[in-house]
Amino acid sequence: MDAMEAIRQTFFEECAEQLVEVETGLLAFQDGEADDETIDGVFRGVHSIKGGAGAFHLDALVAFAHAFETVLDELRSKRIEPDETFVRLTLRSADALSDLVAAARDGETADTAKSDALLAELEAVTGSADEKAEADEDGFAFQPVTVDVSTLFGAEAGETTYTIAFRPHDKLYARANDSMTFLRELSTMGEMQVTCDTEALPLLADIDPEAAYFGFVVTLTGTLEAEDIRAVFEFVEDDCELQIDAASTDDADASFEMELATPDEADLLVLQAMLDGTDQDEEAIEATDEHASFADTEGVGAGDPDTAPESALESDPAQSGISRSSGSEAGKREPEPSRQQDPEPAKDPSVSTPAGGKKEAGKPTKAAAGQTIRVDLDRVDRLIDLVGELVIHQVMLSQRAVEAGLTRTCDVATGFEELEQLTRELQDSVMAIRAQPVKSVFQRLPRLVREVAEIAGKRVRLVTQGEWTEVDKTIIEKLSDPLTHMIRNAIDHGLETPEDRVVAGKPEEGTVRVSAGQRSGRIVIEIGDDGAGIKRDKVRDIAIEKGLVSPAAKLTDDEIDNLIFMPGFSTASGVSELSGRGVGMDVVRQSIQSLGGRVTITSEPGKGSKFTMSLPLTLAVLDGMIVTAGDETIVVPLSMIVETMRPKATEVRRFGGEARLINVRDRFLPLIDVGLLLGYRDRPGDPTAGVVILVEMENGDRAALLVDGIQGQRQVVIKSTETNYGMIPGVGGATILGDGRVALILDVDRLVTCSREAGHSLDPATLQAAE
Amino acid sequence: MPDTLTQSADQNEPRAGGALQEFVAFRIGAQEFCVDIMSVREIRGFSPATPIPHAPSFVHGFINLRGTVLPIVDLAQRLGFAPIEPTERSVTIVALAHGVVFGLLVDGVSDILTVDESALQPPPDITGEVARRFISEVMSIDGRMLSVIDVDHVMPQLAGAA
Repeated sequence: MDAMEAIRQTFFEECAEQLVEVETGLLAFQDGEADDETIDGVFRGVHSIKGGAGAFHLDALVAFAHAFETVLDELRSKRIEPDETFVRLTLRSADALSDLVAAARDGETADTAKSDALLAELEAVTGSADEKAEADEDGFAFQPVTVDVSTLFGAEAGETTYTIAFRPHDKLYARANDSMTFLRELSTMGEMQVTCDTEALPLLADIDPEAAYFGFVVTLTGTLEAEDIRAVFEFVEDDCELQIDAASTDDADASFEMELATPDEADLLVLQAMLDGTDQDEEAIEATDEHASFADTEGVGAGDPDTAPESALESDPAQSGISRSSGSEAGKREPEPSRQQDPEPAKDPSVSTPAGGKKEAGKPTKAAAGQTIRVDLDRVDRLIDLVGELVIHQVMLSQRAVEAGLTRTCDVATGFEELEQLTRELQDSVMAIRAQPVKSVFQRLPRLVREVAEIAGKRVRLVTQGEWTEVDKTIIEKLSDPLTHMIRNAIDHGLETPEDRVVAGKPEEGTVRVSAGQRSGRIVIEIGDDGAGIKRDKVRDIAIEKGLVSPAAKLTDDEIDNLIFMPGFSTASGVSELSGRGVGMDVVRQSIQSLGGRVTITSEPGKGSKFTMSLPLTLAVLDGMIVTAGDETIVVPLSMIVETMRPKATEVRRFGGEARLINVRDRFLPLIDVGLLLGYRDRPGDPTAGVVILVEMENGDRAALLVDGIQGQRQVVIKSTETNYGMIPGVGGATILGDGRVALILDVDRLVTCSREAGHSLDPATLQAAE
Repeated sequence: MPDTLTQSADQNEPRAGGALQEFVAFRIGAQEFCVDIMSVREIRGFSPATPIPHAPSFVHGFINLRGTVLPIVDLAQRLGFAPIEPTERSVTIVALAHGVVFGLLVDGVSDILTVDESALQPPPDITGEVARRFISEVMSIDGRMLSVIDVDHVMPQLAGAA
C-alpha cells in the first residue's frame, strides 16, 4: 500500500510540474509566441495528467482532461484557429484542471460546477471541428490511455464502439503479414482494447510453428465507420475471419481494469519492442526463436510485425488476455500503468499498454532542465549554522593571530586572509541553497489576475519581470499572501473599468506589472498598475471620517498615500468580493514587516500606483545595527531604523514621573532607555551622552531608543532563543558576535509595547514569583 | 532476579532489575550533588554569559555552544544558595531534558560514579527547603552524601511542561 501511496505522490508531484508547463505554454500562446513545440508540450502535459489520473480512477479528472486534450488536439492539428476566446477558454480550462488535480490530491470532491460548464464549452469547440479528426493521424496518436472514457464520452462526441473479431489464418502469416500491424493501425483510430483468444492453442508438442492459433477480439471506440475498420484489413480479408459489430457505447467490456504493479524496466523494454517494432524487439524475441523455449517464454505479451506466427505471442498459453488501450505515450514521464506487464503469466493477464507514437516515446520530453535533489530543510539549516560558526571562529582566530603579534605581511596572515575569503564564499554558497527563484510565487499570478479580472469585470494584462530573482525559501512562502492581496487591490481599486479607461484615453486593457529584483542586499518587489492612481481627497476624507487623522492635520501627498496602510482603512465604498474586507493594506504591511521588510506606495493621479516591497534576502541573516546599552552589546534590526541622532539636552523633556520624551522636529516621541528596560542598568542613562535611534514600528508609529553607542552595521546570523529558553519580552532572538559571545536582537515592537506597560510587570521578581 | 525486585520495590522507585546507574558528581559550595549521566551532553569550562533581560535570577545568561544559544542556570541559586562566583574551576554541565539543552553552572565536577540502585534512597521530607524540589534521591557512597538533581525540574518552562 505504501508503494501505491508513493506512486500516487509521485503522480501528483508530476501533475504539478505538468500544470506549470501547460500554463506556461498557454500563456506563450496568448502572447502569440507559441510554436508547434509549445502546443505539443501543453498537449503532452494534459495527456500525462489524464493518463495518470486514469490509473488512480480519478474519473472527474480523467473526464475533464480528456475533453481538454481533445480540444488541444484539434488545435495541434490546426483544425482550430486559436482566437482570443479560444485561448481564454484553454487558460480557464487549465485552471479548472489544476483545481481538479488539487481536489484529487487532497481527496476532496471537486466543485464540479465550474469544470462542468467548461466541459460543455470544450465539447462545443470539439464538436464544431472536423468530425473526421480522429481518423487522420500522424504518428501523434494521442488517444486516451485510460479507463472508462469511452463510456463517458462516446455517446456525446458521436463516437461508436465496435467489436471486431479478427482471426488470422495461417496464410496471413505465410504472406508475411502480421496481426500486430492491423492492431496497431486500429489503435490509431480510437480507444482500443484487445483480448487475445487462445482457445485454439494446442499443447506444445502439437504446435505447428507455421500455423496460426490465436484470434483477437478488439473493442474500438472512436468517431469512425465500420468501413474505416474494414479498410484496415483490406488486403488480408481473404486470409482471416473478420467480423465487425457496432456495439452500444455503454458496453461493460469497454471499460477495463488497470492494475498497478511494480514498474519493471525489463518489461518496459519488451513492451516497447513489441510496440515499436524496433531492433530491440528482435533481440527480445531472439530468445524465443526456438520452439523448445516457447513454453518458457512468459510475459512476452504480443506479437510483432517482423516475426513469424510463432512469435512470442503464441508461446504463452497463460497470457491469454492482452488488453491494450491505444493511444500514444509521452515518453517515460507518466507514472501510469504502461510498464506494468508482469512477467509472471498467472498474475495479471490484463495489461494495458500505450501504443507507441514513436515520435513521442523516443523523445525524452523536457530533458533535465537543471538537476535537483530534495534535501530535508533541517539538514540545510544545520549546515548554515555550522558555516556561521566557522565564520565566527575564523574571525576569532585572525584576531588572536594579530593579538599574538603576527605582522600583516607574514605567511600566516596571508593564509588567514585566504581562509577568510574562502569562508565567506562558503557562507554565500550555503545561503544560496535555501534561496529559490520567486518564480514559484509569480507563476501563480496569471491565474489570480484572470480570476480577479473576471470578477471585477476588468480587462487586465499581467507583466512579470525578474522571476528568477532568488530569495530565501521561507520568505517566498510568506510572500504569496501579501502579493495576492496587493494584486487584487491593484485590479479592484487601482485599475478603472474598460469604459472609464477608454474615456481617459488609455487602452481598454489595464496592465499590472510585477517585478522582482535585488537591490543592495535586499529583494525589491514592485507591483504597479496603470490605473487612476490614488484619489487623495477621497483617501483623506475617509481617514478623517474614520478618525484616523485629525481634520486639521496638514498631510503631504506621500503621507496621504500611506494612509491606506492604516488599520481599519478601506477605500472600497461597497464591500466587494475581492477586497474591502476591512483587512486591507495594514495586514499586508504587517505581514511584510514581520519578514523584516517594508512596503511603500507611490502614486500619480491618472497614471497609476506602485507598491514597493523591500525584503531581506534571507531570514537566517539579518542586517543589524550593533549598539551598546549598559555593558552589553545589542543588535537592532536595520529595517526598523529610520535615523540616528545625538540628542541635545534641550530636546529631551520629562513627561510625568519617569517617562521622557524627545523632540524630533517638533514631534514628541517616547524615549525608551534600552539599557534600563532590559535590566542592564539600574538608573536611566544620560541622553546627551548616548545615541538616539529613531525606529518605526509595524503600525507606523515611531519611537526613540536610547542606547550608549553605536558600534556599526553588520549582517548577523539569527539564532532562536526560544528553542532552549523561551520568550524574552522585547527580544526577538540572538546572534553570535565575532568574539564568540551571544548578543540579543531587539524586537523593537515588543520593546516599545513593554515600555508602555507598567515597568513593574517586567520585573524579574514578578516573573519569578509567577513561575 | 526476584530478590532484587522485591528489594527495590519496597520504597525506591521500581526500576528494571537492580541495574547499575552512572552519575556525574559535582560540587556546589561544600555540598555534593550528581545528575544522571544519561542527561549530560558534555562538560565544559566556564565562559562569560550574556545576561538575559527579565530572566529569573538563577538564569545566569546565554553562552554560545558551537552556534547554539545555550541558557545557563546557576544551579547554586536555583537550589537557593548564594550565587556561584565563577572561578577557573567552575564548570558548565550541558544537560538535555525534554529536547531542551541548557547548561548548569556548578563549582566543579568531581567524578563519575557507578551506583547500584539499591544505594539510592528517597530524600528526607524536609518541607520549606527550596532544594527539595529539585532533588529526586539521595545516596550514600563511602561516607559521602550526594543528592541526585532531577534536571527535568531545573528549567522553569520544563517544569511547567512536565
